[in-house]
Amino acid sequence: MIIKVLGTGCSTCKKLEKHTKDAVKKLGIEAEVIKVEDIKTIMQFGVMKVPGFVIDEKVIFTGKVPKVAELMQIIEENK
Amino acid sequence: MFNWLNKLITLLVENVFHVSTSTRLGSSIHFFFYDTIKIIILLGIMIFLISYVRSYFPPERTKKILSRFDGVVGNIMASLLGTVTPFCSCSSVPIFIGFIEAGVPLGLTFSFLITSPIVNEAAFAILLASFGWKLAFTYVITGIVVGVVGGIVIGKLKMEDQVEGYVYEMQVNDLEIEKLTHKERVNFALENVKDIILRIWIFLLIGIALGALIHGWAPAEVLSKYAGPSNPFAVLVAVVVGIPLYSNALGTIPIAEALIAKGVGIGTALSFMMATTALSLPEMLLLRKVIKPKLIKMFVIITGIGIILVGYLFNSIAHLLV
Repeated sequence: MIIKVLGTGCSTCKKLEKHTKDAVKKLGIEAEVIKVEDIKTIMQFGVMKVPGFVIDEKVIFTGKVPKVAELMQIIEENK
Repeated sequence: MFNWLNKLITLLVENVFHVSTSTRLGSSIHFFFYDTIKIIILLGIMIFLISYVRSYFPPERTKKILSRFDGVVGNIMASLLGTVTPFCSCSSVPIFIGFIEAGVPLGLTFSFLITSPIVNEAAFAILLASFGWKLAFTYVITGIVVGVVGGIVIGKLKMEDQVEGYVYEMQVNDLEIEKLTHKERVNFALENVKDIILRIWIFLLIGIALGALIHGWAPAEVLSKYAGPSNPFAVLVAVVVGIPLYSNALGTIPIAEALIAKGVGIGTALSFMMATTALSLPEMLLLRKVIKPKLIKMFVIITGIGIILVGYLFNSIAHLLV
């Protein structure tokens, strides 16, 4: 699984990246977490509210930073 | 509406702290507690209500609505949507690109971008707490008017060539707009209340504390002489000082409240607030990624002039508002 965190580099985006890495670690799954800062790529996903959260090229949510426990649930649901 | 609280805090100051509210210390303590509690109550209610409405207008939908409009009606729609659409300044670039790419005219995009930071539910709640309904609503309406007029002028100047070329060539895919249940909207609104209050409480407390000090100790004669409504240059100075000064505007409201009580012109204080929010340097640097310096300059000049005019207007009609 490849998880992308889309963000232009603001503090909320960094927080989401950290939460995502923690969630992946806690779940103990094989997943690569990539931070995407390139605006062209972000727009290709159609995301207007950063941060955006993408699992295997599908946008799951935008514009919020869920807690680690919530993220674990989201990742589980979108396997 | 808050008379009960006023009386309660008076009792607290006089019977628990044993200080008379007519002394400097007493009036400062009273201001601090009364303002803090009142602002928190109103913030909670306002953020909740507006966030609920907002859950119906994610930027993806706003862009669809606006791409169907043109002309002055479009500018008004864009400004109105700017009041309920959230964005932290880090989203301004993707929003700008998304709008332009969806065929929203440049003028409409700017109406949205100008009004959005000036008018938001937190500022509205604090203005309501500090100055009451009339002034809070007048502030919102003028914020919308500045956005509408600014957008119309920028649209008339035909500055489409001042947008970075790559913006027009971007591939933007449409994102599915989430369907939310009533319960999800309530949750979203509650999350927002928590998020905004956690983000601003420190600025607010500092602002209220400074306001309390001004309340007890600032010399009224000096302030009303130099920054009162009768000094025509005060507004100009407030805006010019406010532009480079990037602060959390919400913290400046209680300070403004205390200054106004000491004789500073209402328009002067409000235009200072608008200038610090609408024209911030970090925002300019972000927008520089998508628009060329000439258009950024125009944006600052037009918005700046608008805010200065608002200052003069408020100073001249102050007696009707408070």
